[in-house]
Amino acid sequence: MARLTLSDIHKSFGSTEVLKGISLDVANGEFLSLVGSSGCGKSTLLRIISGLETPDRGTIEIDGKAMTALAPKARGVAMVFQDYALYPHMTVAQNMAMPLIMARLPFHARLPGMKWLTPHLAPLRAEMAGQVEQVAQQLHIDHLLERRPAQLSGGQRQRVALGRALVRNPTLFLMDEPLSNLDAKLRVKVRTEIVDLHRASGLTFVYVTHDQVEAMTMSDRVALLQAGTLLQVAPPATLYAEPQSIDVAKFIGSPEINLLPVCAEPEGLRLGATLLPLSHGFKPGTDLIVGLRPEALRLSAPGLAQLRPAEGPELQLDMVQASIEDLGSEIVVHGAVAALPDIALRIRAQKSLQSGVHKIALPERLSLHAPMATAVIFDINGKRLDPQSVARRQEALA
Amino acid sequence: MSVRTTFERRQNRIAYAFVAPATLLIVLIYLAPMAMVALTSFTDYTLVSDYWEWVGFDNYRQMLADPAVSNAVRNTFVYAALFLPGAFIIPLLLAIAIQERKQFRSILELVYFLPVTSTLAAMALVWAGLMDSRQGVINAALGWFGLGPLNFLGDPGTVLFALAGISLWSVIGFNMVLFLAGLTAIPRSLYEAAAIDGADHPVDQFFRVTWPMLAPTSVFVAVTSSITAFKLFDTVAILTKGKPDHASEVFLYLTFLEGFEYFNMGYASALSVVFLGVIFIFAAVQTFWADRQTHS
Ligand SMILES: Nc1ncnc2c1ncn2[C@@H]1O[C@H](COP(=O)(O)OP(=O)(O)O)[C@@H](O)[C@H]1O
Ligand SMILES: [Mg+2]
Repeated sequence: MARLTLSDIHKSFGSTEVLKGISLDVANGEFLSLVGSSGCGKSTLLRIISGLETPDRGTIEIDGKAMTALAPKARGVAMVFQDYALYPHMTVAQNMAMPLIMARLPFHARLPGMKWLTPHLAPLRAEMAGQVEQVAQQLHIDHLLERRPAQLSGGQRQRVALGRALVRNPTLFLMDEPLSNLDAKLRVKVRTEIVDLHRASGLTFVYVTHDQVEAMTMSDRVALLQAGTLLQVAPPATLYAEPQSIDVAKFIGSPEINLLPVCAEPEGLRLGATLLPLSHGFKPGTDLIVGLRPEALRLSAPGLAQLRPAEGPELQLDMVQASIEDLGSEIVVHGAVAALPDIALRIRAQKSLQSGVHKIALPERLSLHAPMATAVIFDINGKRLDPQSVARRQEALA
Repeated sequence: MSVRTTFERRQNRIAYAFVAPATLLIVLIYLAPMAMVALTSFTDYTLVSDYWEWVGFDNYRQMLADPAVSNAVRNTFVYAALFLPGAFIIPLLLAIAIQERKQFRSILELVYFLPVTSTLAAMALVWAGLMDSRQGVINAALGWFGLGPLNFLGDPGTVLFALAGISLWSVIGFNMVLFLAGLTAIPRSLYEAAAIDGADHPVDQFFRVTWPMLAPTSVFVAVTSSITAFKLFDTVAILTKGKPDHASEVFLYLTFLEGFEYFNMGYASALSVVFLGVIFIFAAVQTFWADRQTHS
């Protein structure tokens, strides 16, 4: 049980500033994913939370208690490393017993050979072995207790690492890309297991990943980190539908969101030669960027399932098709706006069942419809324009 | 089918042709001399007489009764007991201390490695000068504390200490570099996992992570240092010639004396075979251990 509070965390390595003021609150029992591309500082932030790294500035609190100056072992956190960091010379049981031994055996009893010289501690040792056994059963690795890490598969090692973290009864569970060393199929399986583990334990989880799918499917909330700053912290659905900036919109969602540069005119929004007949309320001459998710675009063609007609105004665009990716259940069409060849478009469409095994053929020139109700509008600097204020302006105009 | 086998046979012939020169060299340089030594050890061949005959195990039987051999074995063991702990523990501690330094690490490495690069035969003479009972710096230093003077190389009670000290000086840098390589190969994340698990005290770190992870290196250092101890020869030959009163007459030096001073080649060969056997055991331990490490 723990609430984690980070305030204004700064960290530099040499002259490179890796974290530029991170403030974050993780609620008790929450599953928070820290997502961002490689090298953006996720591991550094996690290591600062665990105490392996000290921040240059800023504070870490767990349940209101200052942790910033405490050693890792005093913070009650457990951490699963990307490469698992199992002790290769120890059996699985010894690996998992390590935190217990360190926490509960006195210093002299931990020295080599003291097992035989401290027989009065045998009951304690047996109790710890029992605890290890219990956690091993919970993770279905009790038959592996006498093996060494080298004799285990990737998935089994992963579980041992989880087990070692669990036996110590942590208040806060930290994981650094724990699935990145597993193959695709196992990854999906372990993903659900970790979510189950979170639900069953009720612990607070901070989960680092560069994979947006993991972040979106597992978390209560996602914190998107880029170049050392938090872009947005929100539940997955909010992050997807209401990105606060173009960077967020681009990072979340695959294929990437479509971004159309438009210019406000009295009669509507202009995209190249096309005029979007949309009442908008922006000052004429304002440059804006309209973001449209690929699955919001509507394309009618034989073999594709018919989407419901959208409500509200639609933008109609001519498009030159460049390539089609058939993913089985859906297709992704890549192309360019006919009038503006350098603006790439991505469309995701459901395939209808009737299309069967036939290759989907689409004409080169396509016409598509973009419902403006789903559009997110950004200013020229990439900042999301508040939807309410946009609506208010439209009302004022109407 | 037959085409295939002809092809394979030709391939085999080429392969044999390729390994032939190396095989020949190994046979000429290593195996043949060893066989010669083994054969000679069953004869009473001496360099001063053309006549020789097979004597079976006489040389080996003589060895068991020879007080010079038991003296040499005892000297070798005493020397090894003085040399080995230092040759292992000092480099290990140095390596751990240097490993944790960021500044000066390479300079310290270089300084400790310098003796390894020097010619021991020449440096032995320098040491003899330092340890001289009248003009030596070491005795001058002892004098400051009101001790000495000690005749390091001339006193039966100190000569093995002195030789062990010189060998230590020459080997510490080498073993330290081996330990440093072993330490560098330990993943940092293990220490981080240990810190999270509560093992952040240096003693816990050492016994839970460093020492077990260093096991292959330790075995290698222990075995090679044991071999070094057992084949002590050059400093003895240059500085003491087995003196005083046979107190520094170690096994290999005795073998040399028998062969090239007393010309008892048969007997010297028998001593050499025993020497080879001991080295072989050390090498076998090393190989067996290395195997175990890679398979577990
Ligand atoms: N100990 C360190 N010394 C110097 N630079 C580091 C260190 N740790 C991380 N960095 C740098 O900080 C940046 C962020 O690293 P990291 O937090 O590991 O990123 P991520 O986990 O998001 O991929 C990288 O550019 C990395 O090179
Ligand atoms: Mg990382």
